[in-house]
Amino acid sequence: MSSSITLTMEKHLATTSVAEEKGSSLWQDAFHRLKKNKLALAGAIFLLLEITIAVLTPVIAPYSFEEQNLEMTMAPMSAQHWLGTDSLGRDLLTRLMYGGRISLLVGILASLVSVFIGVLYGATAGFFGGKIDNWMMRIVDVLYALPFIFMVIILMVYFGRNFVLLFVALGATQWLTMARIVRGQVMSLKEKEFVEAARSIGVGDFKILTRHLIPNSLGPVIVYLTLTVPAVILEEAFLSFLGLGVQAPMASWGTLISSGVEAMEIAPRVLIAPAICLSLTLLSLNFLGDGLRDALDPKGARD
Amino acid sequence: MILKYLLKRIAVLVPVFLFVVTVVFFMIRFAPGGPFDSEKRVSPEIMKNLQAKYHMDEPLYKQYFRYLGDLAQGDLGPSFKHANRSVNEIIFEALPVSAELGLISLTWALLIGLAAGLVASMRPNTWLDYIPMSFSLIGISLPTFVIGPVLVLVFALWNDWLPVAGWNSWQDRILPSLTLGMAYAAYISRLTRGGMMEIRSQDFMRTAKMKGLSEMQVVVRHGLKGGLLPVISYLGPALAGIITGALVTESIFHIPGLGRFFVESAVNRDYTVVMGTALLYFALIFFCNLLVDIVYAFLDPRVRYE
Amino acid sequence: MTREKKQNKTWRGLSALLVAANVMVATASFAAGTFNFGNGAEPKDLDPHIVTGVPEHHILLNMFEPLVAMDPKTLAPIPGVATSWKVSKDLKTYTFTLRKDAKWSNGEAITAADFVYSWTRLLTPATAAEYAYQAYYMKNGKAFNEGKLKDASQLGFKAIDPYTLEVQLEAPTPFFLGLLNHHSLYPVPKSVVEKHGSRWTRPENMVSNGAFILDKWEMNKVISLKKNETYWDKTKVSLDRVNFHPVEKQDTEEKLFRSKELHTTNELPLEKIPFWQADKSGVYQQSPYLGIYHYWLNVGKAPLDNKLVRQALNLGFDRERIVKYVTRGGQEPAQGFTPPGAGGFFPKARLPKDGSSIAKAKELLAKAGYPGGKGLPKIELLYNTSDAHKKIAEAMQQMWKTNLGIDVVLVNQEWKVYLDSQTQKNYMVSRAGWIGDYNDANTFLDMFMSDNGNNKAGFKNAKYDELLTKAANEKNAKKRLEFFQEAEGILMEELPTIPIYVYTRVYLKSKDVQGWYPNILDYHPLKYVSLTGAK
Repeated sequence: MSSSITLTMEKHLATTSVAEEKGSSLWQDAFHRLKKNKLALAGAIFLLLEITIAVLTPVIAPYSFEEQNLEMTMAPMSAQHWLGTDSLGRDLLTRLMYGGRISLLVGILASLVSVFIGVLYGATAGFFGGKIDNWMMRIVDVLYALPFIFMVIILMVYFGRNFVLLFVALGATQWLTMARIVRGQVMSLKEKEFVEAARSIGVGDFKILTRHLIPNSLGPVIVYLTLTVPAVILEEAFLSFLGLGVQAPMASWGTLISSGVEAMEIAPRVLIAPAICLSLTLLSLNFLGDGLRDALDPKGARD
Repeated sequence: MILKYLLKRIAVLVPVFLFVVTVVFFMIRFAPGGPFDSEKRVSPEIMKNLQAKYHMDEPLYKQYFRYLGDLAQGDLGPSFKHANRSVNEIIFEALPVSAELGLISLTWALLIGLAAGLVASMRPNTWLDYIPMSFSLIGISLPTFVIGPVLVLVFALWNDWLPVAGWNSWQDRILPSLTLGMAYAAYISRLTRGGMMEIRSQDFMRTAKMKGLSEMQVVVRHGLKGGLLPVISYLGPALAGIITGALVTESIFHIPGLGRFFVESAVNRDYTVVMGTALLYFALIFFCNLLVDIVYAFLDPRVRYE
Repeated sequence: MTREKKQNKTWRGLSALLVAANVMVATASFAAGTFNFGNGAEPKDLDPHIVTGVPEHHILLNMFEPLVAMDPKTLAPIPGVATSWKVSKDLKTYTFTLRKDAKWSNGEAITAADFVYSWTRLLTPATAAEYAYQAYYMKNGKAFNEGKLKDASQLGFKAIDPYTLEVQLEAPTPFFLGLLNHHSLYPVPKSVVEKHGSRWTRPENMVSNGAFILDKWEMNKVISLKKNETYWDKTKVSLDRVNFHPVEKQDTEEKLFRSKELHTTNELPLEKIPFWQADKSGVYQQSPYLGIYHYWLNVGKAPLDNKLVRQALNLGFDRERIVKYVTRGGQEPAQGFTPPGAGGFFPKARLPKDGSSIAKAKELLAKAGYPGGKGLPKIELLYNTSDAHKKIAEAMQQMWKTNLGIDVVLVNQEWKVYLDSQTQKNYMVSRAGWIGDYNDANTFLDMFMSDNGNNKAGFKNAKYDELLTKAANEKNAKKRLEFFQEAEGILMEELPTIPIYVYTRVYLKSKDVQGWYPNILDYHPLKYVSLTGAK
């Protein structure tokens, strides 16, 4: 047993040091592996397509997102309006495209921000443990308990409604659970042999944290990141309720879905169209996420 | 050792709790609007009467110490919105309802989520992986405010199988708990799969496999412990959240739970209810996370708390 | 027993135990003679002096009987606890004769002293009644409530003998008898209130004098009233029980109605109105309601300090398109501020019903110095978050843009922030709605008086104030209406507001419900209601 552990330990240290020396080859390797993963590739292509559409929307959108045609409300799908119109006679496809711009931006950026904070915070607490961990995690407990609505309202009173505040508000709620997950991983990992081995050959705390502990807890992080994106997109709709978030007559996928629910029985497409967009985005993100994780895994271990 | 750790954690509770009380108490007063503002404005004289009745005419620090004094005796004060009920009564009435709904939902979530996640992780990148994972992703991307009405439409209106809404019979429990459980199941299955995949790629698992243990044995004996860590981390806050109520599910199914009070009290500036629910939530978060940390130590003896 | 049948059908294969459970549930939720009322929201309390909302009023009007009630069809005064009343020549003194067989639900007799106690309680500052001002029409009511007068015996109401009540008013108040139907002027039982304090409204304590009494109160779930066996007119009461369901989500309420668990809904989701209008089964209800949906224009903020701009905004959109395509509930385009028919008052139609005055609006805007909207600062339109308000605001924004070239920014705020912005006058244009407190034009017009707290436009006009003061002291009904007409004229010239439409109540009502009459006060006492086919 002990010999096999020493063996694998050495292997682990070897791969990391190789990776450090020839950083580019690791990335090249990863890219190569990613290309072979068809689902991940499909996910990546779909996301790229979505982003391209989002960028080009002002040019290619068939109609204006705000122009109403009250004589043609809730029109069914047709050649003029591929997805029909909404209850004020606006073209649904156009609103979906504009909504995607907002939701993709908000979803991806806010999730990245929250993951960045959550990973750093959680890893630090888990790594140092003891008093530091105890206090850092109590701060997280406190933040969970603060009434979110009041935080948003007060922030808006002092900073007005702006886009940066939207990210702050969204990030603030999402990084907490991320931090707890990473902390749990790091607490378990740091007692593992390879960490002690690294320490014994004189690798510093910071390096151990960033080179060994964080990369090794990346699996759950990527999973949670991809889960955070839809959560954030939907939460944006709730922030619209408080007056933050997207401002009417502009729409986001979140607001389109929540207003679509009401019309579900009258015109299911009003709900189904944005819901499908959100689901497909999420699926692609997940396939890409899984693929990335596999590809980046220095141990390259997959059955 | 674990006992010493527990004592340390609980010793921290008192100052942290006081901190929460203080921060929340002053924070909510900064938001514009007060409990007595309404569309039909009351005259300044009537406003004065109202404020006097609830001691809101006193300086803020006095109100704060009054609140602390009442809190020390376990009294969370009267509600502004629900004029003949105290916050204690509101919590005692509504929390059991939410807790029941939450625990049923969590049971669904764990059963479905763990099973789907484990199956997927044992056969990664096959249909046994793709199908449950795609379902869970749909569960995540469809919020409860979509799933709930869809379930009602299918099972209560198109087919006369279950009640539309309400909280009387056991049939009333089915749709809301499924709605709420679905969202959590999706998270749990994804986290289970992710955690298990991570652990499987680690060296001791391969060693165990090399030693000739069957796949099932490997997973159960070695994998579950480490692989479930992310799920357990997630469950701490999730447990606290789910038993204090889910606003959307409760409102779709007209369930008299606590969830609605978190938003309703904020919107009404019902200060005492905001305080009461925030403190309750904090206490639950604290104890759930404590529980999680104990489970860590149990699952993985190498996790040490010094 | 719809529910029982439905479930037995479904669960036929299940064990005897489960079926037994079903039957129990079914009998509990749907009994013959039980009316299930969709009531919108959980009441704040059931104390007539404390509550302020409409859901509370729906419950209380069935639990208490006022001094003088209203006919459910015509809204004319009819005997309540009082069998008859006399009015003095100057219209300022009312003498009521009380019926001898009126009893509280604990068996005690109701006397004139009960009304004296109740109204004194309403006006006592420590009660902190938000609706105390409903008793300001009675002599010294205001001074007493504001703490300037301490001696309750100087209040304008006294018991001459146990069955004679004399009330003195500050001014002739033609709507006084109707006002008595406001819950704040209901009688409350002294012995019970004094014994239990704020907990007197709990089911185990509560005593009332109406057709129904409180039986069960489960928060956010149901308030259940049962028939009052001590009520003097109980033979007229057909229902055994009324359940008020505080279903906040309109969509859920509509679904509960469809599964026959509610007899009436409180509202109807906007998206489903066309669907139900097309439904020919006769459950769709739509009736005019004494309320106005309008926008405040902050006259203290440029460019809205310019009367011409305010007029242009008022003429530059099509009210008919709003009600036809956006609200869709049969609302009337508002051509004045006071809803037509409030206390017999019909304001002249001074605002365009449709888009026929858009050319005029363009002219006005050009005259104000902003031809084609050029140079006009961006106008912010504030509304409190809600799908309906959002849709109306979006439509208004679009119409002003196309018709006048004006750029409007929509700003939504959470309820209390929105109220605060209005109070601080920190807005330019703001959405608002006003439901009349009583059936009279005064409840709409007096909020534009300079010192009125609800005048959120900052509108000040000495002539207007004078006209309303004159109307308040006018004995002659016709003259009074003339003052109102003139006041409306000033309002429609100065336009510190944009009246948009007159409300309608839109809801669903089961065809089993009899004795429920549409009226502008949305007044439906269940005393007169019965259910057919409730078996």
